[in-house]
Amino acid sequence: MGQKVHIGGLRKEFTVRGRTFAALAPIDLEVRAGEFVAIVGPSGCGKTTLLRILAGLERSSGGAFAVDRERGSTRPLNAMVFQEQSIFPWMSVVDNVAFGLKARGVPRKARREAVLPMIRTVGLAGFEDALPHQLSGGMKQRVSLARAFAMDPELLLMDEPFAALDEQTKLVLQAELLRIWEGTRKTVLYVTHSIDEAIVLADRIVVLSGRPGRILDLIDVTTVFLRPRDVASVRSSSQYGELFARVWRHLRGAAVDLLS
Amino acid sequence: MTAPVRADAYGEAARRTRAARPGRVSRRTIERALSVLSPIALLAVWEAGAIVGIVDTRFFSAPTRIFAALGDLLSTGEMQGHIVISLQRIAIGFVLGAVPGIVLGLAIGLVPIVRAIVQPLVDATFPIPKIALLPMVMLLFGIGEGSKYAIIAIAVLFLVLINTEAGVRNIERIYLDVGRNYGASRLMFFTDIALPGALPMIMAGLKLGMGVALIVIVSAEFVGARSGIGYLIFNSWNTFQVDKMYAGLMVIAIIGFASAVGLAALERALVPWKAGQRIS
Repeated sequence: MGQKVHIGGLRKEFTVRGRTFAALAPIDLEVRAGEFVAIVGPSGCGKTTLLRILAGLERSSGGAFAVDRERGSTRPLNAMVFQEQSIFPWMSVVDNVAFGLKARGVPRKARREAVLPMIRTVGLAGFEDALPHQLSGGMKQRVSLARAFAMDPELLLMDEPFAALDEQTKLVLQAELLRIWEGTRKTVLYVTHSIDEAIVLADRIVVLSGRPGRILDLIDVTTVFLRPRDVASVRSSSQYGELFARVWRHLRGAAVDLLS
Repeated sequence: MTAPVRADAYGEAARRTRAARPGRVSRRTIERALSVLSPIALLAVWEAGAIVGIVDTRFFSAPTRIFAALGDLLSTGEMQGHIVISLQRIAIGFVLGAVPGIVLGLAIGLVPIVRAIVQPLVDATFPIPKIALLPMVMLLFGIGEGSKYAIIAIAVLFLVLINTEAGVRNIERIYLDVGRNYGASRLMFFTDIALPGALPMIMAGLKLGMGVALIVIVSAEFVGARSGIGYLIFNSWNTFQVDKMYAGLMVIAIIGFASAVGLAALERALVPWKAGQRIS
């Protein structure tokens, strides 16, 4: 399959009280159609900024990016899964998942029919009409995943979607995300600070340096772990340790810099 | 899969065990009983004082006399007439103020240009005690019903507008990000994000507005009316019918209490995700 996402020289600078500092060094990256790419980096390396630029929530200071569309496709270019609690507390699960479809002008009945299978897929059958305050944190993030997948976008952007969850819930949801993704094979850009998460989920890992973030390494994981993957056997394999060490070697320097 | 967890599940269970313990009255029951008993005790002391002569009944009618006056006013239908006309004024004025208050508040909160235009006008006029506007309002709308609706609407408008605007501005940024990322139209930002997101604050504004509406209507009926609870109270004072004056006060207190209960019920129905969380 061809390249789907083209990022060229994309950078971001912030100006605070007259002083300009770089948040993101020029980034060049190509992502294949159907590829799951994880972006890891230390805190403040601009990985979330990169995602927000791609999501149209922030403007870049220079460079460009493009997301290829199939001919005749009317799909939205991207849909984002946010880190924090981002589902609307005043909407039922169905209305939350169908939010993007409503924005695209899909009539009410058709929306409901369209999202019900997705709600089942993320394991929320029986909670279609529940309000978010009746759900646990993990269930809320399932709603958030369903909302993004229901858009059927060209590119899925995920900003540490499981970072705020407890460890057990996180492990369950990582496996579920892989299962759902295997069924759709969407192109995914997944930002995380967890090396483990990147290895378990991604086809390719982009390692970013500390601020301003630039690409230190591109690691191909598919040659090591084939799809479909079993999360548990990935973690218990010896190659996992080697990959972990390779990523950590890059990040340790940045982490030590942060401490000093 | 975890079951849905209610935040108060533990508190609920704990309370139940405490109540279930045999041979002891729960603290809650005692508190409730005290809340009912204290007003009754006050009335009893008041009545006793009137009988013994410690309380001057020229200024503080005995409770039995007040209830008798209330009974008379109700049996002739005079009281009902005053209640209906006051409630009608409050209801119409309240809606006339609350609806534009919500719409303008949302617009100010969401659209910077609207804020730039309207905000200074609000800031300049809000500090004026609304009752001070009554002469001007009567000049504009005459001394009939129109001026009553208008003065209530003005008082309610400000409180609802200011609270709605604050509600919109305090909506978490993430919800606006979701709206933008998922391509929500301008209309959807209003109806699906700003309005429900500001609803807890809007409800706070409506409650404050209702309180002020009661103050304003009674004051307006003091000076410019021939009907309504305010007129009844003021006219009873003028003619030194103290029993009727207190009967009027009792009725306005009940109206105030009932409207607060009604708005609280409305809030539970409209803002279930904030249930149990007290605003204002």
